[in-house]
Amino acid sequence: MTALDLRPNITNPDDFYAELLAAHEGLTKAESDALNARLILIMANHIGDRDILRQALAAARFEEDSR
Amino acid sequence: MNKIFEIPLYPYTRSPDQDATTPVRHKVMIVGAGPVGLAAAIDLAQQGVPVVVLDDNDKVSFGSRAICFAKRPLEILDRLGCGQPMVDKGVVWNLGKVFFGDRKVYEFNLLPEEGHRRPAFINLQQYYFEDYLVARVRELQEQGAEIELRGGNKVLDVTDMGDRVQLNVQTPEGPYTVETEWLIACDGAGSPIRSMMGLDFVGRVFEDNFLIADVIMDADFPTERWFWFDPPFNKGQSALLHKQPDGVWRIDLQLGWDIDKEEEKKPEKVIPRLKQMLGDDVEFELEWVSIYTFQCRRMEKFRHNRVIFAGDSAHQVSPFGARGANSGLQDTDNLIWKLKLVIDGQAPDRLLDSYDDERIYGADENILNSTRSTDFITPKSEISRLFRDAVLDLSEHHAFARPLVNSGRLSVPCIYDESPLNTPDALPGGPARTRPGAPCPDAPAGNGYVLDRLGGAFTVLTIDAEAPEQVAENGIEAARVALSAADDPSGALAERYLGDNPSAVYLIRPDQHVAARWPAYDETAVRAAIRRATAKE
Repeated sequence: MTALDLRPNITNPDDFYAELLAAHEGLTKAESDALNARLILIMANHIGDRDILRQALAAARFEEDSR
Repeated sequence: MNKIFEIPLYPYTRSPDQDATTPVRHKVMIVGAGPVGLAAAIDLAQQGVPVVVLDDNDKVSFGSRAICFAKRPLEILDRLGCGQPMVDKGVVWNLGKVFFGDRKVYEFNLLPEEGHRRPAFINLQQYYFEDYLVARVRELQEQGAEIELRGGNKVLDVTDMGDRVQLNVQTPEGPYTVETEWLIACDGAGSPIRSMMGLDFVGRVFEDNFLIADVIMDADFPTERWFWFDPPFNKGQSALLHKQPDGVWRIDLQLGWDIDKEEEKKPEKVIPRLKQMLGDDVEFELEWVSIYTFQCRRMEKFRHNRVIFAGDSAHQVSPFGARGANSGLQDTDNLIWKLKLVIDGQAPDRLLDSYDDERIYGADENILNSTRSTDFITPKSEISRLFRDAVLDLSEHHAFARPLVNSGRLSVPCIYDESPLNTPDALPGGPARTRPGAPCPDAPAGNGYVLDRLGGAFTVLTIDAEAPEQVAENGIEAARVALSAADDPSGALAERYLGDNPSAVYLIRPDQHVAARWPAYDETAVRAAIRRATAKE
């Protein structure tokens, strides 16, 4: 089973974080929630691997088996 | 004009059973002359088992009810001698459109696989379906089969007598007592037999109501399935438009939970709703309106000694996915050959327990699929709706999101992977779709199709392999059907049954599911597989 990578993996993390916030700029709470949902689906599809996705879900819930 | 569902098809007549001094004992009785009960009766009659069907009504189903029949049930009907009129009358469709709000987000083509006699689905009103089954019953009667339909016969109570079942039956001329060695309860989701026996029926009730209407109109809507999420004419809810024969359209409108059912069914309430959906200038006539609340639940066991439940009486699913009548036909397909062997003393009673194993597995698969569809169509929480809407919005722009849209996963037969009747797969690299437990997929063979050749008995199917013409094991006879990959120039037969193998031998059950397979004929192995498939080891 491929392991979910929970080590730092994004180059220039500050830039990514700023882009993430910028994507939400000017949106209402409802629009932001919808954007987040779309973003999750797009990224999940890109990952594709169900094992990785399951580990990611567990990691987001702070569950033990997230490696 | 009398509609087909207003004409008594099997009106009450007095039976000699009602004048007997001691209760007459039948081989098999069936309660319920719906699609499942009638199919079970025809199957039994074709195999020479006398059968009596009791129904408190005497007509076919009122309104369209089940309208979507899938390929596997059509193949079962072919074996029962009445697939062709259904397909001739039914509407074949392949194109579906999905709408979200006021816009079409995408469309899909079912792209049915080539090389099957039957289409992926037909739309046909349940009353036609039952009418053709009754016609087949009449045909069998003319040929001398012992199959009897008793209308106006309502079962009042049922008693398990150990080696038989006793029924107390009400008729317009008073009650009578009758006995049967086996009782098949096909009396629907509200099964009175199940209640009389005090049996469970557990699962999940969905807090939602749907209005279904059969509408007759001359509209130029194409033969497609249209599904709306949150349409302007039914805000926050869903809607479905589906074509049936005779210019009848089926419309399903989700209404929500807190409604007055009687009020919503009134034409003065329904017609304005439909006008909003269809447009003011479309002329239409309401044929039938009903409101349903759906549930996903099943009995813990379908077999209770000599009383066996089949169809909605045993399991109920939401209508999205057309898994009700379709799975009921697969129940009887699974049950009847086993019952026949047990009645004839050619298999032990425990063969009937495999009906439980296999069809409970099937029911759970159907309940899982239909529950997931329902959760998508009617989101139960804010976050569930958020993701649902995100999927629909994305589906308009990106192909990846379309497989996530779930407006019903249409019925496909299940593969009995865990069945105790299976012999472990002995065909290395054989196609997964024809592994033991799987229903045989159709494929071209010469001038016809594979399934035409399989019939309704144990069969040894050889593809470019030698085998004797007949093998008999302990009273079970299996005739050989010899095919060659060359019988199908399209290559579908080889692709579906051989994979990379030059030859294959299949043991096929009477319900056309694979019991075992090998690269070549091995008599000892075939005999053992027959014993296993009939619960003898």
